[in-house]
Amino acid sequence: MTAEEDISFYGSRGRHKGVLSWILSTDHKRIGLLYLTSIFGFFFVAVIFGVLMRLELIAPGRTIMSAQTYNAVFTLHGVIMIFLFIIPGIPASLGNFILPLQIGAKDVAFPRINLMSWWFYISGGTAVLVSLFTGSGPPDTGWTFYVPYSIRTGTNVTLAVFGVFLLGVSSTLTGLNFVTTVHRLRAPGMKWFRMPLFIWSLYATGWVQILATPVLAITLLLLIAERLFGFGFFDPSKGGDPLLFEHLFWIYSHPAVYIMILPAMGAVTEIIPVFARRTIFGYKAIAFSSLAIAAAGYLVWGHHMFTSGMSDISKAVFSFLTFIVAIPSGIKVFNWVASLYKGSIELRSPLLYTVSFIFLFSIGGLTGLVNGALATNIYVHGTYFIVAHFHYTMFGGTAFAFFAALHYWFPKITGRMYREAPAKNALLVLFTGFNILYFPMFILGIEGMPRRYYDYLPQFHRDHLISTIGSWILVAGLIMMFYNLIRSVFKGDTAGDNPWGGSTLEWTTSSPPPHENFKEVPVVTGGPYKFR
Amino acid sequence: MPGPGLYFLVWLGLIALTALTVIAAGAGLGAYGALTSVSIALAKSVLILMFFMHLKYEKTLIRALLFLPVITIAVIIGLTFFDIGYRY
Repeated sequence: MTAEEDISFYGSRGRHKGVLSWILSTDHKRIGLLYLTSIFGFFFVAVIFGVLMRLELIAPGRTIMSAQTYNAVFTLHGVIMIFLFIIPGIPASLGNFILPLQIGAKDVAFPRINLMSWWFYISGGTAVLVSLFTGSGPPDTGWTFYVPYSIRTGTNVTLAVFGVFLLGVSSTLTGLNFVTTVHRLRAPGMKWFRMPLFIWSLYATGWVQILATPVLAITLLLLIAERLFGFGFFDPSKGGDPLLFEHLFWIYSHPAVYIMILPAMGAVTEIIPVFARRTIFGYKAIAFSSLAIAAAGYLVWGHHMFTSGMSDISKAVFSFLTFIVAIPSGIKVFNWVASLYKGSIELRSPLLYTVSFIFLFSIGGLTGLVNGALATNIYVHGTYFIVAHFHYTMFGGTAFAFFAALHYWFPKITGRMYREAPAKNALLVLFTGFNILYFPMFILGIEGMPRRYYDYLPQFHRDHLISTIGSWILVAGLIMMFYNLIRSVFKGDTAGDNPWGGSTLEWTTSSPPPHENFKEVPVVTGGPYKFR
Repeated sequence: MPGPGLYFLVWLGLIALTALTVIAAGAGLGAYGALTSVSIALAKSVLILMFFMHLKYEKTLIRALLFLPVITIAVIIGLTFFDIGYRY
């Protein structure tokens, strides 16, 4: 063991050895890495499902699987991507690792709850995966578990829903931990408006996790009770209201969209000033827009239900409220672009991934306005247009920002540097594959191709074929990117403590950081983005 | 920070309010019965929040955060019932 490893957290194992020193650790950095590896493990499972779906759709009619298998595959693709990858995604992995470092704390406020939330995550993930192979077949409801079908289907919905319930508990605990940490453990002198904007976004996310996730937990328990005991909450034949389920489900699942995107926006806001070598444009506007997005996110869930039979007046109200979210989102995008303006831009891979994020997220966001407007929504609702829209926001948005953040904080986490050229090449392939895969879906949707369909008319064949070819290119890009990162964990050059010249607190400590993050508690005297 | 004596007093207060709930339930208040029970329950929650959960000793910001869940649930119920009210 070298002297450098000796002081890093990789060297301080705590009471346990080997694997136990990880899965029983209460160190936020180890838990962050536990999350990172498990999240990407599940991500690749869901990527495989996605590729299989695209392969089935390469030509009309049956190609590689039956219709029932296809239903199960798109359900599991959605459940895993949403609940196991993109919701915990940035906050639980990089947020866990970076948050205490950026505010100058030794750990999060509740380290044991932090570990417990990872165990809830793994238990929930395991339950979801076990639901594939047990009972009477994998769930086939779609990730939204809409009633009455989810009550009546004979497939293994109960176990999958219970798994998602456990994942909800995990997410709530993480949010609680982060909010408390931000309130209680900031270093001396770190006032609210001296916090890095990644912290502001995690703080806003934390509140959404605390306030929205319990609604999902309750709804899923009601669904389980209805399946097991035949209660009539949602079943119209027993006097229940299926729209009540949709309300309750989207009361969580729309704010959950902001659990996914806010930390991504925060990460991007960290990267831009560092690689433009100038302070962020509109610090307070970005901080408050995070809170505004979190708050407005509660008012708009009805736009998922425009064709479900909701009252007409509600539809108009929800459509109007939906447009409010565009304002803080627009503030962020304009501020990022303004921050780049007249900067001394260094086109390193974190910034290239970030710029790709801005481009793809803008397409996703602007097509969101088409969905949010009541009249156009009725036309595109339930078509491939929606599939294209949310893959542009969630994959092109959140996942690309996740990749950007992964490259940005890679030297801090591992103490090593990845190879720059392969990272850029991987992005080029990823970006190309992404657009070839998802852009034809906008056209398919406008032309009337419904989502979740196993078969289609011959007129849609060309665009489906292009899309499937895109999926192969995208996967090639993912493999290139992860190969480069994983290889560099073991063989990368030593990175130094602050390879990017970043000005936030995590760059003032060693890479990788020591067990308690800082040799002495840092004292903060100014704002986070000071560059000469 | 308060000592055990104050906690004991608050506990006595909570017991007294519980007794009051039982008495009110048997008093035949009719339509006002539910209102009375909810008001007493509210008073009890305030006691617990203020003393047992230390909100009394916190800064204004933390106290204000108490209202976030209250507002959230009001909005959720309000918008859901708004739909149901106009649906039929």
